[in-house]
Amino acid sequence: MNDTAIHVQSVRKSFGSVQALDGVSLDAPRGKVFGLLGPNGAGKTTLVRILTTLLLPDAGEATVLGHDVRSDREALRPRIGLAGQYAAVDENLTGRENLVMVGRLYHLGLAEARRRADEVLERFELRDAAGRTAKTYSGGMRRRLDLAASLVGRPEVLFLDEPTTGLDPRSRRDMWALIKELVGGGATLLLTTQYLEEADELADRIAVVDHGRVIAEGTSDELKAQLARDYVEIGVERPEDLDRALRSLEGVGGDAGVERESLRISLPAPNGARTLLEAVRRLDGADVGLVDVGLRRPSLDEVFLSLTGHQAGQQGRGAGGGGAERGTNARDDEEREDEARDEVTA
Amino acid sequence: MSNATHAAGGSAARRPSEPGFARRLGHNVTDTLVMAQRNLLRYVRLPRLLMFSSIQPIMFVVLFAYVFGGAIRTPGVNYINYLIPGILIQTVLFGATQTTTGLADDLSKGIVDRFRSLPMARSAVLAGRTLADGLLRNLFTVGLMLAVGAILGFRFEGSAWQALASVGVVAFFGYAFSWISALIGLLTRDPETAQVAGFIWVFPLVFASSAFVPVETMPHWLQAFAKVQPISVTVNGVRYLTSGGAAPGVAPGDVWQSLLWGAGILLAFVPLAVLQYRRAV
Repeated sequence: MNDTAIHVQSVRKSFGSVQALDGVSLDAPRGKVFGLLGPNGAGKTTLVRILTTLLLPDAGEATVLGHDVRSDREALRPRIGLAGQYAAVDENLTGRENLVMVGRLYHLGLAEARRRADEVLERFELRDAAGRTAKTYSGGMRRRLDLAASLVGRPEVLFLDEPTTGLDPRSRRDMWALIKELVGGGATLLLTTQYLEEADELADRIAVVDHGRVIAEGTSDELKAQLARDYVEIGVERPEDLDRALRSLEGVGGDAGVERESLRISLPAPNGARTLLEAVRRLDGADVGLVDVGLRRPSLDEVFLSLTGHQAGQQGRGAGGGGAERGTNARDDEEREDEARDEVTA
Repeated sequence: MSNATHAAGGSAARRPSEPGFARRLGHNVTDTLVMAQRNLLRYVRLPRLLMFSSIQPIMFVVLFAYVFGGAIRTPGVNYINYLIPGILIQTVLFGATQTTTGLADDLSKGIVDRFRSLPMARSAVLAGRTLADGLLRNLFTVGLMLAVGAILGFRFEGSAWQALASVGVVAFFGYAFSWISALIGLLTRDPETAQVAGFIWVFPLVFASSAFVPVETMPHWLQAFAKVQPISVTVNGVRYLTSGGAAPGVAPGDVWQSLLWGAGILLAFVPLAVLQYRRAV
C-alpha cells in the first residue's frame, strides 16, 4: 500500500542536443497539490507531457497511479486529465459541444456525457456561454473551459500545465479559487507554474525545477525555512552607529551583514522573535540611534532566486572578492547551494 | 500499488482498463464518429469555408466549359460530358487538401495534445477527419458539381446504376487520397506550410491527366505518365460509367483499376498516417 500518486525516478529526456530533463525524481502524494515550480525552459512541460503519455522518456521510471507511462498507457489514460498551457478547445464548437465531445471520448454514453457537460459548465460558471462557440470566449473563459474539459472524465489525477499563464490578475484569482475547490474534492493535482505566488497559494508540496533537474523539494514553509532563514533587519541613523551596533550585537544570531551606504544591518535570526528581542535589548543598551528594526521572513521569491539565480551567477562569484561587506550572505549562498545538491542526490 | 485500483472505486468499474475486442471496436467506431461530427460542425460554424471551397470548382467548370472548351477537341463525346468526370475528380482531390490544413491546424493549436491524452482510439483523429472531409463533404461538393454540370448540359448517358457507381468511384478515390493529405498535414504541422504543401503535389497530377484534355494531345514523354497515373485511370473509369460506355478510349477495366489504386493507397497511407500521428509530438 502506498499513497503515492505520481512516482518519477531519474527521468531523462532530450530533444536533439537539448537536455530537457536531466534525471528528475519526485513523488507526489495522493489527494494533494504538487507544484512544479521553475522558469521557462526548466523542463516542467516536458515532464507533464511524459506523465500524460504524450511523450516517452529516454531513461528512468515514471508511474502514475501505479501505471507505467511507457507500458501501461492504455490503462492510465482514462484515469488522468490534462489542461495545457494552450487552451486546447475547439474554437468552432460551442462550450457545451466541446465538453460533450470530450465526454464521449472518455467513452461516457451520450446522455451521461451531456449530463456531465452541464454539470461542469455549471460549476465553472460557463452555463450562460455554453451555447456560444469557444471562439467568442475571453482568455479566462477559454482556460476555464479547458479546465472543465479536463474534468469531464472525472480524472483521479489532474495535470495543469501553467493554468494561469497569460491571464489577467482577476482571471488568475478566479482560476485559483476553482483549483482550490477541486482540491477540496480530493483530487490529486500536479500543477506547473512559473509564479511563486501561485505555488505558494495552491501547492501542498513544491519541487523547484531548473535546467531539467529538481533542485529543491518540500512544502512552501520547508523551502523557506530550509533555504533562507529569518533575518533581523536593522536601520541606523548615522554611519558611526553601524559599528556600535555591530559591537553590541556580538554573539546574537548569526554573522551580521552590513550595507554601509543604506545604513542597514541584516542579522540572521535562527531563533526568530527571540533573536529579535535580544538584538533590540542590546541595541537599546548600547544607545544606538535606530531608524527601523524588524524581523523579516524571506519570501518564496527570494528562495527561488537563491536557488535558480545562483546557478547563473556561479561562475561570476569568487573572482570578485569585493563582496566582503556582504560576506555572510555569500557564505549563505554556498550553504544553500550545498543543500540544493543534497536534494538532488537524495 | 494495488491501492491504485482500489481507490478508483466506482469509476474503475465503469471503465475497465482492458476492454474486450468487441468493446474496443465499438469504442473505435464511436471515437471516429465523434471526431467526424466535430469536423463537420466546422462547416456548419464556418459556412464561408464550404461556400468558398464550392465556388472554386464551379469556376473551373465554367472556365473549361466556356473558355478552354471551345479549343479542345474530344472526338465522339461533347465537351461538357467529357469534362464533368474530370471536374469531379479534381474537386475531391483539391478538397482533400483541406484535410492537410485542418490537421496541421489542430497540431499547431494543441488540441491534438488533449486528444492524445484521452483514452480514445489513436486512429480516430485521422479516421474522423478523413470521414468528414474526404468522404461526406466531398459527397456534398460532388452533388453540387453534378447540379452545376446539369445546368451546363451534362447528362448521364448510362443506367441509373452506372450513374450511382460513378459517384461511388469518385467518393472512394477521394477518400483514399484524403489519407495522403492527412499524412502531409501531419508532416508539415503548421497551417501555412500545409496550405501550400497540400496543394502542389495534386496540381500536376490533376492537370497531367485525362481530366480536361485527351492525353493524346500531350507530348509523348508526358503521355507515358499521363496514361498510367491513377487520376487518368479514375477519370476514365468515371467517364466510362457516366457515358454508359459510349465515350471513346474508356473501358470497364478503368473502373477496376481505379478501385485497386484506391485500395492500394489506403493500404499504404492509413498505416503511415497513423504511425506519423503516434509519433507527432
